Amino acid sequence: MSITPEKEPLLPRIQVENIVKSIKKGERIDGRGLTDYRPIEVILNPITKASGSSLVKLGGTQVIAGVKLELEEPFPDRPGEGVLQVHAEFVPLASPSFEPGPPDENAIEVARVIDRSLRESKAVKLDALAIEPGKIVWSVYTDIYLVDHQGNIIDTSMLASMLALATSRIPELIKGENGYKVDHTKYVGPLPINTLVATVTMGIYNDVIIVDPLLEEEAVIDSFITIAIDESGRICGIQKRGMKGFSRSVLDNTIEIALSKGRELVDLMKKILNNPSEYMKPLVSE
Amino acid sequence: MSGKPVLIRDGLRIDGRKPEELRPVRIALGVLKNANGSALVEYGNTKALAAVYGPREALPKHISLPDRAVLRVRYHMAPFSTTERKSPAPSRREIELSKVIREALESVVFTSQFPRASIDVFIEILQADGGTRTTGLTAASLALADAGIPMRDLVIGVAVGKVDGVLVLDINELEDEYGEADLPVGIMPNTGEIVLLQLNGVLTSGEFKQALDMAYKGVEQIYKTAKEAMYRKYYKMFEEVR
Repeated sequence: MSITPEKEPLLPRIQVENIVKSIKKGERIDGRGLTDYRPIEVILNPITKASGSSLVKLGGTQVIAGVKLELEEPFPDRPGEGVLQVHAEFVPLASPSFEPGPPDENAIEVARVIDRSLRESKAVKLDALAIEPGKIVWSVYTDIYLVDHQGNIIDTSMLASMLALATSRIPELIKGENGYKVDHTKYVGPLPINTLVATVTMGIYNDVIIVDPLLEEEAVIDSFITIAIDESGRICGIQKRGMKGFSRSVLDNTIEIALSKGRELVDLMKKILNNPSEYMKPLVSE
Repeated sequence: MSGKPVLIRDGLRIDGRKPEELRPVRIALGVLKNANGSALVEYGNTKALAAVYGPREALPKHISLPDRAVLRVRYHMAPFSTTERKSPAPSRREIELSKVIREALESVVFTSQFPRASIDVFIEILQADGGTRTTGLTAASLALADAGIPMRDLVIGVAVGKVDGVLVLDINELEDEYGEADLPVGIMPNTGEIVLLQLNGVLTSGEFKQALDMAYKGVEQIYKTAKEAMYRKYYKMFEEVR
C-alpha cells in the first residue's frame, strides 16, 4: 500500500521562500541556472571484485553501482537472451530519513525506472549473452547503492549504472563434468553494449522547469519528470512523479530540455569511457 | 524466436480495432455496499474494481498528517486475473503502480479539507488484458467521486502503444507484450492536466507528441461514458428522493 509520506526534509519557511524566490528569478540557491547540472565526478571500477563498477558524484549525491555476472537459466520466452536485473538500496547511511529494511516504494521505483530505460533501449546486448540457448545464459545484476542523498537519485544512479555496465567484463567460464563454473578472477572480454542511455530529471514549479533538483528543492517542488534518452536521441523511458500534475505545454518543454541535456550526459559518458584509465582512481585520494 | 503475432493487418489491430479506436468502455458506480464509494470499470476485457473508505481515522496514528488527509492507495491484481496464476503477495510492479496511482490522485483530491484523516483507495484488478493501471486509475477516481470526496476533477486513464510501428490507442495485453512501446497516461479531463505518465518502450519525440494527442482524444471519450454512468446512478437517486 502506498501512503502519503511526510515531507522530508522539513525546511524552515525562510529557506522555502528563498528557493521559490530564486526559481522565479530564473536562478537556483546554489548559483546554478535553471537547466544546469551540478558538477559530475566519476571513478571507474573502484570495486575490483565486481565485474564492473563505478562511483558517481552528482554534486553531493553519491551512488556506487556494481555489476555482477552470474550463470542462470534464461526466461522461457527469451531462450537466446541474457537476463538483466536492476536493484536499488537506499542504505541508512545515506540520509537521516532512511531506515534499514527491504527497499521501500521509492527505491523500487528508482530501480524499475532504470531497469526499463536500459531494457527498452537494449543498452546491454543481451542476445550476445547466451551460453547455451534455452539452457544457460549470463545474468547481469546491476546493484545501485545510494550512499549520500543530496537530491536527484535517479540521474546519479543511471549514470553510475551505465558507466558500471560499460566498464564490465565477462568472467571466464570453465566447463566441468557437471556443467559450467565461473572464474570471477579472470575475464575474457567486455560486456557488449549497444547504446549509452542517460536520464534527465526535472522538477516543475509553477510551470518553471528546473533540471537536476537539489534535496531542498525536491522538498519544495511537487512534480517531477524523468526522461531517458539514448545515443540516437530516442525517448526510451518516462516516469512522472510527485503529487501535482502539469500541463501539456510544460510536458512538451521538458521533452526538449531532456533531448539536449541527455545528449550532454551521453557525451560526457563517452568522453569518460574513451579514456577510462584517467578515471580509475582509488576511492580515497590523498 | 518467440511467437510474435502479426499485430497490424490491413490497417486493423489484432482484435479488429482501428488504431485510434477504444475498446468498449463500461462503467458502474456504487457497486459495493460496505465501501463509502465504489466503481467497476471495464476497458474491453480488462476489469478493475475500486473501493473508497473514508475520510476516516488514520490508523496507525503516526501516519496522520496535521494539515491534510493521507491517501492510502493499493493497486492489486487478483490471483485469477492473469493467464497464469499471479501470487497474491504484492510484487515490485504493484508497489510501484500503487505509488504512481496515489500520486495521480493526490493532485485531484482536496486533502486539506480533512486534516489527520485517511482516505483509503483499494483497486483490485479482476481481469488483466492490458491497461490495468489506467483502468484502475479511472475506477479509483470514480469511486472517490461516488464516496462524495471533494475533488478538483476526475482522473481518466488510458494507455497508448506502438505496435508494428503504428501508434494505437488503449492497448490490450498482446499489444503490450509484443509491441514496441506502452505509454500509460492519466489526465484531468476538464483542465487537461497530466497527473500520471510513464513510458515503457522507445519513441521518437514526434511519435511521443502524436501518442499524447491520441491519449487526450481517448480520455475525452471515456470521460463521456463516465459522465453518463454518473448521470444514470445519481439521477435515479435524485428521482427516488423526489
